[in-house]
Amino acid sequence: MSASQLTISGLRQEFQEQRTTSVAVTQQCLDRISSTDTELNAFVTRCDEEALKTAAAADTRLKEGAAAALTGIPLGLKDIFNTRGVRTTCGSKILDNYIPVYDATVVERLREQGVVIVGKLNMDEFAMGSSNETSASGAALNPWDPNRVPGGSSGGSAVAVAAGQVVAALGTDTGGSIRQPAAHCGVVGLKPTYGRVSRYGVIAFASSLDQVGPITRNVEDCALLLGAIAGYDHRDSTSVDCPVPDYQASLRDGVAGKKIGLPREYFIEGLDPEVKRAVDAAIEVYRGLGADLVPVSLPHTDYSVACYYLIATAEASSNLARYDGVRFGVRHSSGGGLIDMYQQTRSAGFGAEVKRRIMLGTYALSSGYYDAYYIKAQKVRTLIRQDFIKAFEQVDLLLTPVAPTAAFRIGEKTADPLQMYLSDIFTIPVNLAGTCAMSIPCGFTEAGMPIGLQLIGKPFGEGDILQAAWAFEQATDWHQRQPTNNRKPDENSL
Amino acid sequence: MKITEEDVTYVAGLARLSLTPEELQTMTGQMDAILDYVDKLNELNTDDIVPTAHAVPMANAFRADQVRPSIGVTSALANAPQEVDNCFQVPRVIE
Repeated sequence: MSASQLTISGLRQEFQEQRTTSVAVTQQCLDRISSTDTELNAFVTRCDEEALKTAAAADTRLKEGAAAALTGIPLGLKDIFNTRGVRTTCGSKILDNYIPVYDATVVERLREQGVVIVGKLNMDEFAMGSSNETSASGAALNPWDPNRVPGGSSGGSAVAVAAGQVVAALGTDTGGSIRQPAAHCGVVGLKPTYGRVSRYGVIAFASSLDQVGPITRNVEDCALLLGAIAGYDHRDSTSVDCPVPDYQASLRDGVAGKKIGLPREYFIEGLDPEVKRAVDAAIEVYRGLGADLVPVSLPHTDYSVACYYLIATAEASSNLARYDGVRFGVRHSSGGGLIDMYQQTRSAGFGAEVKRRIMLGTYALSSGYYDAYYIKAQKVRTLIRQDFIKAFEQVDLLLTPVAPTAAFRIGEKTADPLQMYLSDIFTIPVNLAGTCAMSIPCGFTEAGMPIGLQLIGKPFGEGDILQAAWAFEQATDWHQRQPTNNRKPDENSL
Repeated sequence: MKITEEDVTYVAGLARLSLTPEELQTMTGQMDAILDYVDKLNELNTDDIVPTAHAVPMANAFRADQVRPSIGVTSALANAPQEVDNCFQVPRVIE
């Protein structure tokens, strides 16, 4: 089987029947990375040697019949997760030399299962971006067309899964950073409910919005990986102590009789006609499966980008205060006192987008502007959250596009930050409301770029959206298409 | 103009960033455009609305007051740009 066809569920069975080994599939992934990543740039750090060692240990465990669900599966991690002994840059020059002394809880959970960590994946600097172009390691490229962005901020994670470099990956999602790159790269991505997955050891961007989630090749893998990372963690006081259901067990229950809401504010002018056509076709698929499609309204949708860019930047300005050149990271100091060192370190270490967000957030929190900007945004956040609560009184889940367009071209939106921010209009409200949502492939543009369908669930309703996603996947074959790798980058676009 | 170069310079000081003259000019223009955009929030009357700090309502999260192992001095200093006598070393603090 080619590397880009490997799935968690498929490999589990092959391991069990001893038709392949973890060492063999890990080597297959490493070869695939070697042959594709010079172009795609999905990896920031490779862990070949350690990966093969872990794979060998996993094979022993499999032989002994002591395997867990994910034992021996080669995965990639967004470079935002602290990994003990493995460099973790968060896409930033300021963490260029940072080697964590501990594992994030999700990494610890995967290691306990015997997962093979193949490497650390490219991302927008501190997860601030929608195109992977703000990475200090340079942009990862979209495997469907290297002239286009893969989306962001978990761009490397989506690329690695789409290109067959890893079987699955973890990303994080603050305003769409799992769902939008998953949509742009034609893979499955899920942002869990706030509090569902521990954020301990995940480098913080906006603490009231950040969540960790899976990026996979199919819905069943998504259910398996979510099940492995979800659950309460005493080290993250915002993680919620409620039982983790068996997501895989309920996948096949179907959508007959389910009420699926179509929020009219998501089908607006500005939505690309090709995206609209694909989403409309998906609606018909659900109708055919016996679901009840219901028009609903989320009236404050249009305010969500403005609300988000105050709250997220305010929280970021506070979280990123820790990068001061004292305890870890790269220090810049050419004489002078402590304050000079702070300024030199931060000015040299942060890129333009991160500086812009720190500045906006600092401004929104500063004396005289706090009420007008920060508190105002938190009040609007309440209205946005109430929109969802009201909608979920009528329906079981919501169906929308993930992004207004398919992947845009490299460099297309870098000059105008506001245009870049507006590309997250359909994903941001979910983070503000704190609920769960996922992206699944639902079609292609004429240019051959993938289009994503968003399913939004009630808080802790991950099982519902996975079930609906699985039903759609069974009825369609979009998820089976793979990038053909025959397109070359235009010389003038790089 | 929502924001001037003087305002931006002041905020940069609060954020411990120093901006080059070109950065200052670009940053001022971009922040002005973004602040102009976020002004649309004022179309909404929010007088009686309670602000949301966290999407999942929760009170203080307490845990048992138990001693657990911590990372220790060696690990804590492992990434220090400069250290001396088991401490982080920084440039002079008092002018």
